[in-house]
Amino acid sequence: METLNLIFLSVIYTAIYFGILLLHIAYATYAERKIIGHIQLRLGPMVVGPHGLLQPIADVVKLIFKEDIVPSRADKFIFKVAPLISLTAALSSFAVIPVNQNWVISDIDVGLLYVLGIAGISVYGIVFAGWSSNSKYAFLGGLRSAAQMISYEVALGLSLVGVILMAESFNLTEIVNKQSEYWYGMFLLPQIIGYFVFIVAMLAETNRLPFDLPEAETELVAGYFVEYSGARFSLFYLAEYAAMFCMSALAAICFWGGWTVPPFLIKAFPFLEEVPGIVWFLLKLYFHIFLFLWIRGTLPRYRYDQLMAIGWKVLIPLALVNIVLTSILKYYL
Amino acid sequence: MKNNNLAEKELIVNMGPQHPATHGVLRLVLEVEGEIIKKCTPYIGYLHRGVEKLSEDLTYVQSLPLTDRLDYLSSMVNNVGFALAVEKLVGINVPERAKFIRTIMSEMTRICSHLVWLATHALDIGAMTVFLYAMRDREYLLELFEMIAGARLTVSYSRIGGVRCDINDEFLDKLGKFINEFPDRVEEYETLIDRNRVWLKRTKGVGVISAEEAINYGLTGPVLRGSGVYYDVRKFFPYDAYDQVEFEVPLGKNGDIYDRYRCRMLEFRQSARIIKQCIEKIPSGSILAENAPRIRMPESPLKIDKQDINFEIYTEDKQIESFIEKFPEVYASVEAPRGELGFYIVCDNSSKPFRVRVRAPSFVHAAVLPKLCEGSLIADVIANIGSIDIILGECDR
Repeated sequence: METLNLIFLSVIYTAIYFGILLLHIAYATYAERKIIGHIQLRLGPMVVGPHGLLQPIADVVKLIFKEDIVPSRADKFIFKVAPLISLTAALSSFAVIPVNQNWVISDIDVGLLYVLGIAGISVYGIVFAGWSSNSKYAFLGGLRSAAQMISYEVALGLSLVGVILMAESFNLTEIVNKQSEYWYGMFLLPQIIGYFVFIVAMLAETNRLPFDLPEAETELVAGYFVEYSGARFSLFYLAEYAAMFCMSALAAICFWGGWTVPPFLIKAFPFLEEVPGIVWFLLKLYFHIFLFLWIRGTLPRYRYDQLMAIGWKVLIPLALVNIVLTSILKYYL
Repeated sequence: MKNNNLAEKELIVNMGPQHPATHGVLRLVLEVEGEIIKKCTPYIGYLHRGVEKLSEDLTYVQSLPLTDRLDYLSSMVNNVGFALAVEKLVGINVPERAKFIRTIMSEMTRICSHLVWLATHALDIGAMTVFLYAMRDREYLLELFEMIAGARLTVSYSRIGGVRCDINDEFLDKLGKFINEFPDRVEEYETLIDRNRVWLKRTKGVGVISAEEAINYGLTGPVLRGSGVYYDVRKFFPYDAYDQVEFEVPLGKNGDIYDRYRCRMLEFRQSARIIKQCIEKIPSGSILAENAPRIRMPESPLKIDKQDINFEIYTEDKQIESFIEKFPEVYASVEAPRGELGFYIVCDNSSKPFRVRVRAPSFVHAAVLPKLCEGSLIADVIANIGSIDIILGECDR
């Protein structure tokens, strides 16, 4: 009975959590279009609902009812499975991401490793999609993203090692709690190099500008998902946004202290303690989402070889230096 | 011990004619090895409408609107080019005011066209915001075109021997206001892209063409000047009012994408400078030469009989015929935003040209694409297409 109850509760939690998450993701597309619109001197969606607020729903309905085309020369099974792999991988990392003290579906001790591992799986979706489409552009896009995501995963993982060293734990809740023990309340300050590497690697890992080479619109038309349409296309789209949320949440948790407020701020403004933790978490999360959009509105795209050079020649050495520095600090302080 | 199943094979990628970054209907067949281009073959002709052949069946005045459709982003300059050729052929002296109006319009067109180039070039490289910023300024100029010529893109504004309608003070005020603000706007674009390391990395040292090669390929316009060759039709063979205004011809040094970009950004400022001087110096007077050939609509109500209409039109052009014996062929060129746009016309004692040949800069520039692209990466192809700035309407004619 006990186990059944637990399973039942988990399912309910998961449903609620992912319902809210998907709503956030849907409205992130709206936010993207609005924010980029205003950056570019236009209004963004304005027609469906007041200020276009119902646009994401209209988009979802449209995409679901579109014809689902599978190219006749495609490897049909892999073609159909690829978007599912991408989305499942992107969403399942949220299972271990805490949004507040004890607000987490599964509080496992290797949370951070799990997130990184799952992020590694999502590259399969893209490679499969590119390969099974039997289209040259999709193939090139798939190859690009395989190389890109694998090399930036190294930088992403290494940039988080500093955090792990300081928190002495892989558990994400533990990492947040550890940060509030320091007077500055977030690992952003001691881990500024790590944070920089993380931000750049995060952009590359989620295939966003300036590293959106796998789907470089003007070069590869749409990259790995060029042959996809309708619901399957929207799954890839969802996966991309879910990955953005996942990385933003990771940045908020590992570097910005998650749902906690720095102690020195609470000392200065005691009323800040009254604000619920979830608000802080969402603020920090959406700051990073905004960063994604802001960068997209401003920067051009890197070239493939330049991207690789940045990854291997700049970010990974920087991350390694960060690890050494953190270890020295940790040893002597 | 080479396994035949794993033998290396080049991948042939068909870029275009419906590719989003080939600016119209250019088709490039790329043989790639990984991301590196081994061979690049441009195919053109998807937008061929037979403008040159059509002109042989139309009178000189009737051919003029066809030139709008050559380079649809700078129709004003095309009109001027064709009109200049026919004026040279017939021996018409254009009134001073018309010359200044043409110069103003040509430079406005240059700004418009370069804005579209900047917008699409930046979009190709991934900077999306510049696109809409540039379109904002272009919109203002297009509205000015509409105000005077009645059309935004295909204006057909020039006439053989002058221009169609006069400009007024309201137009000059609005234009003056824009020209005063415009240099600041250009700086705004430069902050967005010129100080951007990603942009510099994508453009510096990419798509290099030396001065000698550029001359051998017959390049003109900013593409040639980006390689450091001093050639500008406006300076070498001044037409319209270009000999009465002061301006500089910006030159590049290395001949890479960045230098071509810089050249065009500096041309923005020079164009603004030319327009400013023209607004100050513009004389009053007539806008069409006395002896200019014109089309008049039949005065009596139109009859359904087709012969009547044709008759009316042809009789007006009879005056051309007397000149034709003296000048059987003519070549005149203008500095279009993309390079030297030349019109070569051969006559055969009738009111229609015997042969019209357009020397379109886009056609010449498209030929240099393989030279620029081979050995570089796929992403550079896009940057190169953007930097040589070809318009397929002009290329295919």
